[in-house]
Parts: sequence; C-alpha cells; structure tokens
Amino acid sequence: MNELALHPGLLLIGGALVLPFLRGHARSTAVLALPLAALFFLWQLPDGTLWHMQWLGYEISPLAVDKLSRLFATIFALMACGGGLFALGQQSRLEIPAAFVYAGSAIGVALAGDLITVFVFWELMAVGSTLVLWSAGTPAAWAASRRYVMIHLLGGVILFAGVTGHLIDTGDAAFARMAPDSIAHWLILAGFLINAGAPPLSAWLPDAYPEASWSGTVFLSAFTTKTAVYVLLRGFPGTEFLIWIGLFMVFYGIVYALLENDMRRILAYSIVNQVGFMIAGIGIGTEMALNGAAAHAFTHILYKALLLMSAGSVLAATGRRKCSELGGLFHSMPLTTICGTIGALAISSFPLTSGFVSKSMVTQAAIDGHLVWVWLLLAAASAGVFLHAGIKFPWFVFFQKDSGLRPADPPASMRLAMVVFAFLCIALGVWPEPLYALLPHAVDYAPYTAAHVLTQLQLLLFSGLAFFVMLPWLKRTPTLTLDTDWLYRVPLPSAARAVKRIHQRGQRGANALSGAIVARLSAGVRRHKQADGLILRSWPTGSMALWVMTMLLAWLALYYLP
Amino acid sequence: MSVAAHLPALQVVLPLAAAPLAVLLRNRTAAFALVLAATWAAFAISVLMWQQVAASGPLSYALGSWPPPWGIEYRVDALSALVLMLVSGVAAVVLPYCRASIEREIRRDNHYLFYAMFALCLSGLLGIAITGDAFNLFVFLEISSLSSYVLIALGRDRRALLAAYQYLIMGTIGATFIVIGVGLLYLMTGTLNLADMSVRLQSVTSHRPVLAALAFLTVGISLKLALFPLHQWLPNAYAYAPSAVSAFLAATATKVSVYALLRFYFSVFGEGAVFKQLPMAEFMLVLALAGMFVASAVAIFQDNLKRLFAYSSVAQIGYIVLGISFDSVTGLTATVVHLVNHAVTKGALFLLLGAVMAAMGGVTLARVRGIGRVMPRTTFGIVLCGLSLIGVPGTAGFVSKWYLILAAMEKGQWWLVFLIVLSSLLAVAYVWRFVEAAYFRAPRADLAQVREAPLALALPAWLMVGATVWFGLDTSVTVGSAARAAAMLLGAVP
Repeated sequence: MNELALHPGLLLIGGALVLPFLRGHARSTAVLALPLAALFFLWQLPDGTLWHMQWLGYEISPLAVDKLSRLFATIFALMACGGGLFALGQQSRLEIPAAFVYAGSAIGVALAGDLITVFVFWELMAVGSTLVLWSAGTPAAWAASRRYVMIHLLGGVILFAGVTGHLIDTGDAAFARMAPDSIAHWLILAGFLINAGAPPLSAWLPDAYPEASWSGTVFLSAFTTKTAVYVLLRGFPGTEFLIWIGLFMVFYGIVYALLENDMRRILAYSIVNQVGFMIAGIGIGTEMALNGAAAHAFTHILYKALLLMSAGSVLAATGRRKCSELGGLFHSMPLTTICGTIGALAISSFPLTSGFVSKSMVTQAAIDGHLVWVWLLLAAASAGVFLHAGIKFPWFVFFQKDSGLRPADPPASMRLAMVVFAFLCIALGVWPEPLYALLPHAVDYAPYTAAHVLTQLQLLLFSGLAFFVMLPWLKRTPTLTLDTDWLYRVPLPSAARAVKRIHQRGQRGANALSGAIVARLSAGVRRHKQADGLILRSWPTGSMALWVMTMLLAWLALYYLP
Repeated sequence: MSVAAHLPALQVVLPLAAAPLAVLLRNRTAAFALVLAATWAAFAISVLMWQQVAASGPLSYALGSWPPPWGIEYRVDALSALVLMLVSGVAAVVLPYCRASIEREIRRDNHYLFYAMFALCLSGLLGIAITGDAFNLFVFLEISSLSSYVLIALGRDRRALLAAYQYLIMGTIGATFIVIGVGLLYLMTGTLNLADMSVRLQSVTSHRPVLAALAFLTVGISLKLALFPLHQWLPNAYAYAPSAVSAFLAATATKVSVYALLRFYFSVFGEGAVFKQLPMAEFMLVLALAGMFVASAVAIFQDNLKRLFAYSSVAQIGYIVLGISFDSVTGLTATVVHLVNHAVTKGALFLLLGAVMAAMGGVTLARVRGIGRVMPRTTFGIVLCGLSLIGVPGTAGFVSKWYLILAAMEKGQWWLVFLIVLSSLLAVAYVWRFVEAAYFRAPRADLAQVREAPLALALPAWLMVGATVWFGLDTSVTVGSAARAAAMLLGAVP
C-alpha cells in the first residue's frame, strides 16, 4: 500500500493540516511546494484504477486515472499553486490551508473512480470552500458563508440520496456514464448542477464569492463549478437538456453582469456565464463538444483566476470594490492593468489568447451538429461576454474617469502570480497543441483559420463599438441588483418568523391548557422548582412519573382497542 | 469439565466476585488491580465466546447443572455474544481511565468502593445479556441499576445527588413494571425460561394478561433505555456523574436495555405477535422520530457539553428504535450496528469530555472557549466523534445510518430517508456549537496553564476514538455480527 502517499489530493489535504504550524520561509516554501509535489505525483501515476477497496460490500476505487481526470487534476493543482503564490501575503492563517483542503478534495473528485468517493470529496470541498469564504473575517463574509454552506449541504443531501438510490438500483458504485432515466439519476444530476451554479439556485455563486478576501475569491472561482463540469462530463455527456440549462446560464450571467456595479460580482456572474458555455458543450455531447467543454474549463480557470487576481490587487490596494468608486488606476498600477486586460481579452476569446482556442471548439461543435439555434445563441453570447467582462471590467476599473486614486502595484508575490497566469493565457492561445494533447478525445481542429479569426474579430469589434456607443446607459450607479437569493434572504426568514410566532401562540395556548391539568394533578410537585436554576430546567420527578403512567395507559389502550 | 465449558458462568461470576473482594481489601490500589483483572478476563471470555458462537452456533449453559427449563439457563447467541463483547470491551477500556479520572473527582478513601460498584454494575449488565431466564434478568437489571445509582451519586457536583435520586425513582418504577410484566407472563405460562415461555405462549388462549405483560414490559424497558418521552432522567444523570461513569453508562446501560427489549419482543412474544397483530411498529416509529428531532433540537440549546451529548444520546436511541420499528432484517441490522457504533462513539466522547473536565474544571461551552489551541488532540478527538454522530462517511455513525436508510428504502419510504438525513443536519448544528467554541472563540485568560490531557486519560479515550473510525472503515465485525443477530431474531437461523 505504498501508493497511499501518492494520492495527489490527499497529499494536498494532508499538507494543509501541517501548514498552520509553519511560519515564515518554511510556510512560503510549503505553500508553493505542496501543489507542485501533487502535480508531480499526479503525472507519475499510470492510467487505470490504482486503488481497490471494499466498503459495505461495494467495490470502490478512490484513485483512478484517465485522460479526463488527469486534465482536471492538473489544472486544479496548478491553480492551487498559483493561488497560493498570490495569497502568500494574506494575513489570515486559515485561508491557505482551507484552500488547499478545498483544492485537494477537488483533485480527489477528479481522481475518484466511484460515486461514494465522489460524494466524500464533494462534501469535503464544501467544507474547505466555506472555510475559505469565512476566513475573510468580515460580518458579510460570515453571513454569506452560512447561506453558502446551507445551499451546499442541501446539494450534498440531494447528491447523497441519488448516489444511494443508484447503488440500490444497480449494486455497482463505479462512476460511469449515466442517463437521467431514474429518480436516483435525476437526483445525482441535480446535485451536480447545484454546484455548477445552474438555475434556479445560481444565485449562491455571485452571493458568496465576492464576499471572500482579496485572495480567497481567486481560489473559490476555480474549483467548485469546475468539478461540477468534470462530473457532468463524466456522468452525463450528451444529455440534451443540459444545452438549455447551459444557454440559460450564459444569458443569466451576461444580463446580471451588465447590471452589476461591484467589480468582483461582475466577475462572479461571468463565472456562471462561462460555465454555461461548458454545460452547453456537455449537452451537445459530440467528441468535439466534450473536448471543447474540457478545454474551456482548463483555460477558464486560468483567465478567471487572472481577472480575479487583478481585481483582488485593486481591492487590496484601495479597499474599494464598486466600479462607480474606481477608475483611472492605470496611472499607478500599470502591471495590474496589463494583466487584467490580458485576462479580459482571454475571456472574450480574443485570437492569440487561451479563450479563443477553447471556446471556439464548443461553437464549432454546435455548427457540426447542425444546431443552428444553439450556435446563434452562443455566438450572440460571445459578443455579450466581451461586453460585460472583456471591456466593462477593465474599462471601469482601470480607465474611464480618474478617481484620483494612486495606489501602487501589489507586492512581488502577487505580481509574479499575475504575470505567470497572464503568460499561460497567451502561451496557450499561441501554442494550443499541448492543451489539445491533454484532452480526452483526439483533436482534429485548427483554431487559426482565416474565416475563424475574421469572424471572431468582427464580433468583438462590433460589440466593442456597441459598448462605447451605449456607454452612457452602461455607466454604473451605486445600485444593488436583485437575484433569486433574495427569496431565501428576505421572504424565507420572515416566513420562518411568522411560523415561529404562530407556533409560540399555539404553544402558549397548549401550555396554558396542559399547565392547568398538571397543576391539578400534581400541585405538590411544584415545590421542587425551588431548587437552583439548572434543575428548574430539568423535569421534576413527579412529572416524569406522570409520563410513565401516560405511556402505560397509551400502550394498554392501544393493545385492547383492536 | 474443562474451564472452557464454564465460560458463560465465569463471564458473570468473575466481576460479581470481584466486587465484595474489593470491599474487603479496603485498599484502592489492590481493589483497582483486582477489578481490572476481572474486567479484562471478562472481556477475554466474551471474545472467546463470540468466536465460538460465530463458528458453531449458540451456547447453552445450565447453572448448577439444573437443566432448563427448571434451572437457570445462560444462553449465548449471536446477539448476546455481541452485546457481551461490547459491554465488557467498554469496561476494559474505561476502567484504566477511571484510576486517573476519579483521583480528581472522588474522595480517596471511597475509591475502593467505587471499584466495587463498578464491578457490580458490570456484572449486572453482563448478566442481563447472558441470562436466559426472565426473573434472573430482572435481578441483574436491579444489580446494575442500584450500583449505577451509587456511581452517579458519587459525582462531585451537588446536583449529582438529585440526578441519582431521580434516576432511582424512575429506574425503580421501570423495574417494577418489568417485574409486573414478568410476573404476568409467569402466571400465564408457568415458566421463567425465556425459550420455554415463548413455546408455551403459543398455546395460551387468554390474550389479555399477555397483552398487559407486553405493555408493562414495553414501558418498563422503554424507561430504562430512555425512549422519548421517558428519557428525562438521562440528561442529568449523565451530566453530573463522575466522568468515567458517564462514559461507561452512556456506552452500555441503555444499550443493554435495548438488548432486553429485543429479547422480549423477538425471542419471547415473537415478531408476529408484536408487529403483525398490534400497531406497534407505527407507535414506535412515531416515538423514534419524535426522539430524533426533539432531543436533537433540545441538544442544540444546551450549554453544558455533557448535557448536550446526553440529549444527543436520546436522539441516537431514536435511530436505534427506528430500526426496530421496520421489523425487517435490514432494520434490525441497523439497530444492532448502531447499538455498537453509538456505544463506541459516545464512550469515546464522554472519555474525552472527562479529560477536558479534568483540565479545565468544567465543560460548559463558555468554559471550553478556545480549547482547540491548548488541547488540540483532545479537541480533535471530540470533533471526530461529533462527525460520527452526524454520520459522516468514514466514521462508525455513517455505517449505521446507511443501514437505516437501506431499511427505509426497502419499505419504499422515501420520506423517512429524507427525515433521517434531515435529523443529521440537527446533529451538525449541535456539533458545530462545540467546534465554534473550541476553535473560533478567543480563549479565556486562565487557559494558558492548561495542558493537553495526560496519557492515562488520553490513551483509553483514543482507543475508543480509534474504534469509532475503525468501525466506519472496516465493518466486518460490526455488520457481520449484527446481520447474524438480526437473522437470528427474525428466526431465519437459530
């Protein structure tokens, strides 16, 4: 069992438990070395199922490797490393260990060969991410983390019910392709989709992520939704209804991001939007589409992290997060501006950036599958992405009016993390072959054809034009945007309060009634209440005995009645 | 006859004989050594018998060579072998812990009496599980109960005395009910041997006294096993007893009562009479669910951790009874598995809380603030046990919940599956209160001198914690034995 130490996910989780005890250079070294070690061991693993175990009579395989799982585990490990580098200066001692538990369990999901292991790491991921969110330490983060963990516990319960049903139906724990043909499989699909940020519960994502610390959001953006993409890729490829879910998410993200004023909420909505592209690709289900979804998840993690790093740098430097309070930062934060812009270009699929080589595969798959409507909608959405994230974010934060703020670029570790990720975004765009080689299916696709590049440039050009023409309407005022989370943030608690009031009233009535009865039956018992406070809350012996009598009479009545 | 043939008698006689000897010795070290030897011997005997039963079926031992049904029969089958092993195993772990623990909680010149009571209590609990005779069962029940009243009353807290008194009153009412039930059965069948009684009940024509006997036994035993709403004696008794006693009783006393209930329901009255002809299953289902939810909800609002986990015990008993109410092999397997798993988990929890008590002088949530920093290992152990109470995969608690859910699904009752999972969320809430206090509250100023628990307390506690995790990963012992016991109870195999 010497392979035990070589599970990259467990390595990261185990390391996370040691991290809080390290200080200074030892800590910095460990933060960078742990994910790299996980990456190294990951690539030492051969393909196939490596661990077999028996548990409750089911065959489980906590470590199983194939191309798809290796791809996702790789990007998760990379992301843990980059995020760790960016977060080195973070004051909170909890955040990086929590993020590593989070990343390690995401890797665990990616390497799980059976549904039970998936579920275990799934829940661990919820715990890790909640702790990341929470380590921001603000009251808003605390409240958001509670809403966040409730949604994820709910998702976990649904997933668990589904997995249990699946085990009972089939007797087999292996995580293989499923179709939504039974209650159990629908439940599993629903559990997966909740983590993907799918409707109707999409709101947990933009509700929670922007409340994390300047570095915490970088971690949060990467793992939860992308593990959901991974499990959908493995479990439900070609499920047609996912196309429509994906398209809904794409437009939901765009609309809300356009309305939003908080820079990190804009980026959070654009996560939903980008994950929508991936889910639509999974729904199309051809090899090209699946490749596209997987590749897009890979590149998306990189450029979204880059965008959130630049936003995090701004937040750390200025303490402001609303677009209406920012602007003109390019004067004093040139590097952050450049990196943020590169990220923005990548998310808009600008040629020569990573977004271009991955997203185009999904749209191409829609054409190949003769899904004209899907293609049209995806193309329209691509223009929308440029509008809300590609221009809006850098324009309002780094350019537009001068807010008068002159913060300096962030410290070296954060600058380095941004430069590395910006480099990766461009390198993958210029030289996509290594990424294509990692994809689960063979790739027969050339992104850089003249027609392709031209179409994309036209699209971007026109939406760019549209942005500046419509600028007066897009100018953000300090507003709030209402989303479905309002439903469980406002009416639900007040409904609960109403129920509580009714309950209290009922209870008062019942108490008065039973009080009258008890008083008559056992007036003497009340003297015991003179004892000290704690005993007062316990039951007097007499009323305990009363219960015994009640029970006996109930049983006897029950037996003699039939 | 060799010694091996007398194992069933020795199982009870060894601790029973150790008790008066410990009193005569009047020396705490000698008494401790004697009782420890008897307890470990009892554990060894129970393991041997468990192996024998697993290999070659039930053992029957005629006490004083009087053959049953005239003499008293000791009978060890799949269920009793497991319960015997559980009780003596917990005792074997808790007793070494007692020595360091009662040092701080009980006056030194009373220590030898404590050990004597402990041995008595152990022999009573073992006796209930091994005897095949109804009246003998009552006698052992009284032995264990009387000694546990004394053990609880030894608590340092003044409220321990009142808790013990309340337990005494309630326990006596319960025992009276049980003896009335046994008396009615004796009246109708003319025998006290459980197996014989079961046979003769078939030919009894007048049902009313038998039904009355069933009612008295049900209520009496429900009281002893703290079935909601007859649980009120339990929280105070566990909260104010000496730490080691809390751990021992929480792990064994209610579990042995569950055993007695199973024995009467399935081996005497018969599954058909209890569940098919009477609306028993529905009634138990309602009480079990009420216990799961009400007790968990009450636990959330407790400030004293021992009380908090005592209420959690009441909720967990709800799960155990829920398994019985399914009246199926899977349901009973869940019951028996949870009986073991919860015993181990709660035993570990109370042992760890005892270590906290020794270090901090109290276990209220206000007092344990920031304990995660000064007693990291102990705190982590409590969290692990808490995870098992919630039913997180990889812990013992998950295995039991899993079988409960399987049993509910077998019956096609999805709403029950949902309720079982939902009640786990309540457990999340009360365990979270501890986690929040331990890790995320600023520690009190006087916490600086507090040290991690000494080895004498930590080692037994971690043995139990280890078992909690072990039974979550390797289920061959627990589920294997429980499945055999469940099949035996429902008459599939002898």
